[in-house]
Amino acid sequence: MLDAALELHPKVAVRPEPFGALVYHYDTRRLVFLKHPDVVRVVESLSDHDNLADVLTACEIDERRWPAFDRAVTSLYESEMIRDRD
Amino acid sequence: MTATEPATDVTPASTGPLVSQLKNGLDAPICLTWELTYACNLACVHCLSSSGRRDPRELTTAEAKAVLDELRDLQVFYINIGGGEPMIRRDFFEIVEYAISNGIGVKFSTNGAFIDENAARRLAAMDYLDIQISLDGTDAHTNDSVRGSGSYATAVRAMENLRDAGFEGFKISVVVTRHNVDQLDEFQALADSFGATLRITRLRPSGRGADSWHELRPTLAQQRTIYEWLLEKGDNVLTGDSFFHLNALGDGSPESHLPGLNLCGAGRVVCLIDPIGEVYACPFVMHDEFRAGSVRDPGGFTSVWRESDLFLSLREPESAGACASCGSYDACQGGCMAAKFFVGLPLDGPDPECVGGEGELALADAGPRPTASADHSKPARVPVTLTRR
Repeated sequence: MLDAALELHPKVAVRPEPFGALVYHYDTRRLVFLKHPDVVRVVESLSDHDNLADVLTACEIDERRWPAFDRAVTSLYESEMIRDRD
Repeated sequence: MTATEPATDVTPASTGPLVSQLKNGLDAPICLTWELTYACNLACVHCLSSSGRRDPRELTTAEAKAVLDELRDLQVFYINIGGGEPMIRRDFFEIVEYAISNGIGVKFSTNGAFIDENAARRLAAMDYLDIQISLDGTDAHTNDSVRGSGSYATAVRAMENLRDAGFEGFKISVVVTRHNVDQLDEFQALADSFGATLRITRLRPSGRGADSWHELRPTLAQQRTIYEWLLEKGDNVLTGDSFFHLNALGDGSPESHLPGLNLCGAGRVVCLIDPIGEVYACPFVMHDEFRAGSVRDPGGFTSVWRESDLFLSLREPESAGACASCGSYDACQGGCMAAKFFVGLPLDGPDPECVGGEGELALADAGPRPTASADHSKPARVPVTLTRR
């Protein structure tokens, strides 16, 4: 997923919470908990950079944590919260 | 890092640390129930809100829209609308359409009496709308003995109208009682026949349910039936997390755990707004003891949610109390606060339907039941004899 150019689905809303954020997809009516503020920053910056790796770099995520972020973003991608950018 | 589930019933697949975070409360509720009116054409014996007559202090259309403005600003993604029978309100469609146009999805519960062909077509044309048809038996006798004469036929007609109008995926919402536990497979078949989703919830001794609970509640053996049915066949069944007290029947393994947050969300992730704007901790505790404030108060709903003494206290760590020495406490969390309260049990003791049998023992020793704070039931009909002069 690190090479992918991604964006939040337009029907998705992000609501900040003390633990991270709630993410809601109005079409699928699924609710996701983002359990860390860093994940929230990454998700909200997806469309600002060419690919996920650049997003992680820009958000100053330690490279040792990249696999975990890759998994989290993949999970969001599979639940259609995040999609490929044209 | 993420967990997904249909958000209409909030049930993240993985819990753990998240649960402790949620216990501290959120900036806004995830799941908000709004009873739009106490008026109802039915008089179900287990009605949580003792509905029947409209309250003259009911929120006006303008007040309702102001609440929706607040919920939009709080990013409440969707609300559950109920009553009473919400479709009785003349501004029902206006309120629902206003919510949806402000990015607040709506799921509403109805007995179906007002879903004729025209209403069904209008509902089918709306996005971000879910409908729950209440039904408590797969035959007229079982259903109508709880929900009133003719209510089964009314619900079925509404479902047919929705289907014929092309409304896909409505919900059939069942309160599980002693008399319909054996119909769970039939409920599923009925839902399948309409392309609908089955939702089953726990009977609570709230509202008029305080009087009917003892006769209607599932037996201990039936509780196990519900638990095993949900484990075996419940993957696509919604429950609103209402059966988490049954997790004590499991062996502690993840597979023996019913999906869901497994916590009492009252005042933490859920709350209820009643027809006159009073805010309660959850849909099952409409009583002065659990009233946090009113949307008509100066700070509106937002202040009630964030600052009311009641909600702040519900977000404090709770004591396991009499359940502390029980090995199942982690699994069941002591059960449902509302169920304990309305049968006169201490809140830090076992649930009256504790599957370990502690509830039965506690009930034998229970204090007086709390007096209802309000009753909106219609007065009993007095036969009138017309005479000719």
